[in-house]
Amino acid sequence: MSMLTTPLAVREEGAWQLSGSVELRPEPFGALAYDFHTRRLSFLKSPALVAVVHALSGCPSVGAALDAASVTDAERPTYLAALQSLAAGGLIQERAA
Amino acid sequence: MTALQERPFTDRPEGGRLVDQFEYGLDAPICLTWELTYACNLACLHCLSSSGRRDPDELSTEECKALIDEFERMQIFYINIGGGEPTVRPDFWELLDYAVDHHVGVKFSTNGFRINEERAAKLAATDYVDVQISLDGATAEVNDAVRGAGTYDAAMRAMTNMQNAGMKDFKISVVCTRHNIPQLDEFKAIADKYGAQLRLTRLRPSGRGADVWDDLHPLPEQQRELYDWLIANGDKVLTGDSFFHLSAYGEALPGLNLCGAGRVVCLVDPVGDVYACPFAIHDTFKAGNVRSEGGFDTVWKTSDLFLDLRNPQTGGACTKCSAFDSCRGGCMAAKFFTGLPLDGPDPECVKGNAEFLERGEAPDSSQDHSHTGTVRNAPVPLVLSPTRTASGTRGRPASACDESPLVTGRPWETS
Repeated sequence: MSMLTTPLAVREEGAWQLSGSVELRPEPFGALAYDFHTRRLSFLKSPALVAVVHALSGCPSVGAALDAASVTDAERPTYLAALQSLAAGGLIQERAA
Repeated sequence: MTALQERPFTDRPEGGRLVDQFEYGLDAPICLTWELTYACNLACLHCLSSSGRRDPDELSTEECKALIDEFERMQIFYINIGGGEPTVRPDFWELLDYAVDHHVGVKFSTNGFRINEERAAKLAATDYVDVQISLDGATAEVNDAVRGAGTYDAAMRAMTNMQNAGMKDFKISVVCTRHNIPQLDEFKAIADKYGAQLRLTRLRPSGRGADVWDDLHPLPEQQRELYDWLIANGDKVLTGDSFFHLSAYGEALPGLNLCGAGRVVCLVDPVGDVYACPFAIHDTFKAGNVRSEGGFDTVWKTSDLFLDLRNPQTGGACTKCSAFDSCRGGCMAAKFFTGLPLDGPDPECVKGNAEFLERGEAPDSSQDHSHTGTVRNAPVPLVLSPTRTASGTRGRPASACDESPLVTGRPWETS
């Protein structure tokens, strides 16, 4: 899959965090994400995804963040794809593990 | 006054489309407009807020700052500031800095008169501020007929200053009228020339707009022209989701295609009254005041009006129409101010469903801050004939059938 070969691919062993210019606002359906630099508003459409994103910065890896948010093995590909799209939009950024 | 039909309360669905989620409202608005003052150096014919004179009860500087603090607490990431002309408030620049310092981004609308070289340089220096220049004609003739003598030149001067200061992607905001729809390509060329982004919005029969609605709202064939132009230009042109009623032509326009009033949108007026949307400054759509106990947060979360609006429309003629899923019945304010039922078609329904409806008495305005004397930059008549009289009462056609496109026939085909 090409996703795994791009340098910014979100892998379970990678370490990520919410981008510095982005803030999340909780909402009943998930959260709003606003990037103060690009002035772009995005929507996270599941509270569970919001929990994963919040867990990213405090966990040593994406996999650990998925564990922390109780994401099952069967759901992982879906969550990794969602994180990948957040990465593509600049909402989360890779950090040193 | 209860023009709103009570809607049955239903539970928010889990998951699904965002637009369905938005119908049930959010914990804080996405698009909050704050009219800072009713004072204005101009007297535009179609002013949504009937601005002109400052209201003596206007929020003080300290009250404005407290409101910005509240926006910050509610994580309202950015606000749209308008008026009136916001820059005539002596504390405008102070409030702008205060908002930016408190992590509340600002886009403000201005006629450009006060955007001199020095201001333009300061604006260009901050990321959190965006500027929107109002321009309602691509030529001085068309623009000044609505906005006033010298306003075209003032807008161009402001844009030159901002471009020279290195400001990129500021907005040029156009209210689409019968007279400027033939100029869409020219507007785009102006925006491209100044490195700006074009924003087109819908004329609303709100405020003084009610007085000129029959003369200025786009003709049916122009609506189609506008729709085709918007589809061709895609998301390069902003619309503030203004034209979702046109989505009934076919392909949906970019955006939410939803009436966000009280759900994701609201307006705070200069005296702190909170209305469901910027086009609905009327007691019927007033949810409360930020000065009341609990402030804006409580108004947004608990007002009866907003809770009622956060229920999907379930009844009415429109829900039976094949286009309902795309146009959602159109604009609540446009219906209200033209005397149409709120659960019926938009006055500019592209299926023509409003043509055969009897239009009720248009509601009187709840407030009017229009200038009462002469104004230096008064509109320059083109072919327009504002019907407002000196006493402020609304001049209406003797018979609705004479001029209204809503009731009988198709007057535009013979005129």
